[in-house]
Amino acid sequence: MSKLHEAAPHESGLRHTDGRALYVDDMPMPAGGLVASVLVSPHAHARILRRDATAARAIAGVEAILFADDIPGSNLIGPIVHDEALLADHEVHAVGQSVALVVADSLATCRAASEAIEIDYEPLPAILNVRDAIEAGSFLTEPHCIRRGDPDTALQGAALRLSGEYDNGGQDHFYLETQAALAIPEENGNLKLLSSTQHPSEVQSMAAAVLGLGRNRVTCEVPRMGGAFGGKESQATQYACLAALGAMHTGRAVKLWLNRDQDMLWTGNRHPFHSRYEAGFDAEGRLLAFKVRIWSDGGWSQDLSGPVLDRALFHLDNAYFIPHLEFEGRAARTNLAPNTAFRGFGGPQGMLVVEDALNRAAERLGIDPAEIRRRNYYGDAPRDTTPYGQVITDCRLARIHDELTSSADYRARQEAIDTFNQGSRWVKRALGFGPVKFGISFTASMLNQAGALVLVYADGTVQLNHGGTEMGQGLHSKMLTICSHELGVPSESVRVMHTATDKVPNTSATAASSGSDLNGEAVREACKAIRERLRPIAAGLLGLEGAGDDLDFADGHIGQEGGPSLPFAQVSQEAWLRQISLSATGYYRTPDIAYDRDAGRGKPFHYFAYGSAITEVEVHGLTGEFRVTRVDILHDAGDSLVPTIDIGQVEGGYIQGLGWLTTEELVWDSAGALVTHSPSTYKIPAVGDAPVDFRVALLTDARQQDVIHGSKAVGEPPLMLAISAVTALRQAILAFASPGFDLHFPVPATPEAVLRAVEAARRSGVEATDRSPENGELRSHGSSGHSDNGSAARSASASDESTSSSSPESSAAPPSPTTTTPDTP
Amino acid sequence: MDPIRFQLNGRPIVVEDIPPTTTVLQYVRSTGATGTKEGCAEGDCGACSVVVLDHDAGGQPRYRAINSCLLFLPMVHGKQVFTVEGLTQDGEPHPVQSALVDRLGSQCGYCTPGVVMSMFEACYRDDLDQDWKVDDQMCGNLCRCTGYRPIREATHAIAGQQPDDSFSAALAATAPSSMALHYEAAGHRYQCPDSWSELWDAMDRAPEARFIVGATDLALTVTKRFQPLTDLISLEALPGMDGIERNESSWTFGAAVKLSDLEAATEQDLPPIARMLRFFASRQIKNRATVGGNLCNASPIGDMAPILMALGATLHLRSRDGTRSVPMDSFFLDYRETAMGPGEVLAMVEVPLPDPAARIGAYKVSKRRELDISAVCAGCFVLLDEGGLVSTIRLAYGGMAATTSRAQATEAALLGQPWTEDSIEAAIPHLDADFVPIDDHRGSAWYRGTVAKNLLRGFFWETQGEPVVGLSDRPSGTVVLREGP
Repeated sequence: MSKLHEAAPHESGLRHTDGRALYVDDMPMPAGGLVASVLVSPHAHARILRRDATAARAIAGVEAILFADDIPGSNLIGPIVHDEALLADHEVHAVGQSVALVVADSLATCRAASEAIEIDYEPLPAILNVRDAIEAGSFLTEPHCIRRGDPDTALQGAALRLSGEYDNGGQDHFYLETQAALAIPEENGNLKLLSSTQHPSEVQSMAAAVLGLGRNRVTCEVPRMGGAFGGKESQATQYACLAALGAMHTGRAVKLWLNRDQDMLWTGNRHPFHSRYEAGFDAEGRLLAFKVRIWSDGGWSQDLSGPVLDRALFHLDNAYFIPHLEFEGRAARTNLAPNTAFRGFGGPQGMLVVEDALNRAAERLGIDPAEIRRRNYYGDAPRDTTPYGQVITDCRLARIHDELTSSADYRARQEAIDTFNQGSRWVKRALGFGPVKFGISFTASMLNQAGALVLVYADGTVQLNHGGTEMGQGLHSKMLTICSHELGVPSESVRVMHTATDKVPNTSATAASSGSDLNGEAVREACKAIRERLRPIAAGLLGLEGAGDDLDFADGHIGQEGGPSLPFAQVSQEAWLRQISLSATGYYRTPDIAYDRDAGRGKPFHYFAYGSAITEVEVHGLTGEFRVTRVDILHDAGDSLVPTIDIGQVEGGYIQGLGWLTTEELVWDSAGALVTHSPSTYKIPAVGDAPVDFRVALLTDARQQDVIHGSKAVGEPPLMLAISAVTALRQAILAFASPGFDLHFPVPATPEAVLRAVEAARRSGVEATDRSPENGELRSHGSSGHSDNGSAARSASASDESTSSSSPESSAAPPSPTTTTPDTP
Repeated sequence: MDPIRFQLNGRPIVVEDIPPTTTVLQYVRSTGATGTKEGCAEGDCGACSVVVLDHDAGGQPRYRAINSCLLFLPMVHGKQVFTVEGLTQDGEPHPVQSALVDRLGSQCGYCTPGVVMSMFEACYRDDLDQDWKVDDQMCGNLCRCTGYRPIREATHAIAGQQPDDSFSAALAATAPSSMALHYEAAGHRYQCPDSWSELWDAMDRAPEARFIVGATDLALTVTKRFQPLTDLISLEALPGMDGIERNESSWTFGAAVKLSDLEAATEQDLPPIARMLRFFASRQIKNRATVGGNLCNASPIGDMAPILMALGATLHLRSRDGTRSVPMDSFFLDYRETAMGPGEVLAMVEVPLPDPAARIGAYKVSKRRELDISAVCAGCFVLLDEGGLVSTIRLAYGGMAATTSRAQATEAALLGQPWTEDSIEAAIPHLDADFVPIDDHRGSAWYRGTVAKNLLRGFFWETQGEPVVGLSDRPSGTVVLREGP
């Protein structure tokens, strides 16, 4: 029995641990089932001159080799804009783009057939990173701009003015279960798809379009996913559609499962971003003005790059009020796999920029990194309005700040660390503080809707269907808890069904942290409808006609609190006898949200989630290796629906963010092929990378208005808590440096990147001893109130990572550091 | 021709007609037991972990968690294999399952079967006496969801519990069984001789055969590159190949000693080797990978070679004609090329007992601390004469060139010099002459070159003081002294 707001296990926990939890690849193959593989482009950009599968088709066991021409319906798919060829026709735009589908009796036969397919390519020039794309004017989207006040004037008057560039790397989702789909032909030309997808409705609608069928002819079912993290929001669709194509062509079941290397090589990642900024602060470290331009590497097709870029812009402020600002962003087009949704959805990339500016300002002004953040938090009017005009009514940042710095003993530990560092030559420790404010809702407002279907059987047992998918995040556990609460039945008598498009239609992806908020309300609505039908029946049986409204549903009974009651099963049976429907749908839409993209104004978010982290690191100055030794987190999950589930989301999100910011490094070769395409070369955190001392708490007494049972979304926000580790690493690296060293420190902070920074920091110490007074670090933020970027110090820093190409739009862009003209008097 | 016989979750299995390079993972999934997952097919994620009841170098029965994606069926001949489906007894979850469920140690559940099997080994181990060893036990199981805290806590809760159950009983009752096998199927041959004379005969029968023992690297030929290995001779069952002995002048390790056994044997008395093994690989890999395999593979980033070179090890090669010895530092001829001739196998590694006055360091630096391939790996050995001058110095590096090799110019610059910071700093530039480092995604040439120099610095400073306890918790390149310089 799981109760609202109380600890509960994961609803599939026991099945996970005894091997009986089934995933798509575990599903029994129907008789005569076949397997498929995809022949992909070896070129980052090329024209297809000739395709010939004659020899391949002659191989025993090969059932079909399919090209673009073999698609009966539309060859174009895509989550928003349908710009992605399911099978390349005349041109390929990235290594790993699908060119042919091979269907055979075994994967070995598929491999042999793939080798026998002849494709002639004419290689074309390719763009392989975002800086080159900017230079070439290669974009997927038009600029999106958000402005407020007069940033140029405010910058002129700022006591401290910083300009900089910031780059972040991508991140492979590395869900443990790779992309998988099983397509099963049904009678009359219909099709059933089992897919590991966050978005069964998109799989259904795209497969129907590819096959030229009405959507009612295709069903998509999701048993569960072995992790997704955004990587199966749009990118499961392609492989499900290919399985569907193979099944319809052969009339037999077809399974398409990617192995790890294929999954990593062919599918997209978290977007790398390149950003340029100019920030102005007052002498106390308050942000006065912030001009930022960001560019994401979208890969070769639209996918979700537009909304990812939007969310990055919406989170350039993170937790901070900025009076004057100009944010502009654009998704660049490169010849890499389409980058896609990944937990945080651009938010993390946006936050990194303002956090970098705050770190540098704190270092220059000698302000504690936590304190400079506190001074900049949103607060009471007029410091309560976001760059896009949404008023923040429930800001919990200051409260979290105070509670966390106190519980984590921040100040005393900071002093102990300073003492340690003074006596330690090779190892330095540091603390980093990082707050998060994250907007909750799909920023495309129409997606904020959900449905549910609750079936009560005459014995009182319940089947629960809802539109959300289970990828490990515990959505089913929460929906089970809500359903059990609403109907007052034990959770053991509620069965959560596989997510399926023939139960709940037209669903949105389980994404944007919104799964519980949206589906939870829909489940509640459905349960409410059933309750309303059962109440009068129970009242009649109890002889309490007219008192129906007072009846409670609890502990498997319906009745008056402390008074007479009847078992839920008995009332259900009676309802059937009286010919009363025992099934109901529920539906929910988020009220009052809208955003005008052209104006850069609106209320895109229903509310904000908050949290803060304090990360302690130990950096080894000879190798650049480091450990995260302790993490303290206080996170706002509202009145958590199931606290044990939410704690798991916070811990897992933090470590996933830590991986992105530290050891997870994607490396491509000069031809645009990913080199780090398996766990032997791409290093997600292992158990030893998690802090031994990991203290996670949820904010108490934190009821959120107008959200299911006072809870808050928790899927994405905790990932960004890991940015505190970057702040901590900076502080530790600076402990190797002499004062005034201007550290340029992009992510991922691999041991190599850390050692580069430490070596530069050490050299700054050597050079500082004979530095002339003109270059002294205090000079630049003296009485004039103007400051340059510390170009002398930067040239001594990791200069090979701070080089920049000149921008084609340099007149509009904030100056890059290498082109900054010092504004020092 | 013998069939492969083993027990799977207590039921006898006989395999006769499928290729010997079929993995245990492929086999168990084909039987409908789909709990065991393929997450990477290269032993780097652990989702495929199963447990094999095996015997250690001392003949003691052990449960060993193993990556079933790299485990060919003939390798479990005569053994008991357990998968996640086999743990629930009479409808009751095993304590490791309950420990994980109670702490929400699973989210998506895909890594979980492997996590459960690694925890299962932990449950029946009797040597998990330090916190870091629990991490080491679990570092071969990647989880993308939980952030590991609940998995770590659950493992701590069950480590060494050895409940009074059928698994403990099986452990106590099992005697080593013969692995001898001559298996042929589908145009493939797998021979596992259990005497040296049979080995020579097998080699005569199959002159083109590849030698195989743990297969943690060779299996990738099949599982990642999809190339056949049609003719294999396993050295796993040869007498003396899995022994660890120490006499008055040296240690000897059979070439087929599993690294987890070597780690346990050297922890107290030859800590530089144990320290390298601490960072070598996951438990599952160390439970199959062998000393000989790591050396004969001749990879420039094989982690055993630098420390064995620094310790002045000798390799004993055996052939039908007898035995010959090759110094460790003459063994590698070129990239993946060794001094072993045709008809020779590596039988034994001999490590002279170090002079008690010698200072020895072993370092491995990689992008991720656990279960990663080295950017740079180093073994350092220094002995001073009575006047405080360097009388013996061996500095061996991996990841810096086509083979693991000694830094000859740097060593020459230090020999006969006082062991001081000035001498070290004067010698360090010679490393640029000794090596032109590899430059790849694991580390740039700059990084490798800089780290190589810094590790020598770090080694020097480590010799100047007593390293703090708890060093195993930290990266191997850590220099923390009780009393800092």
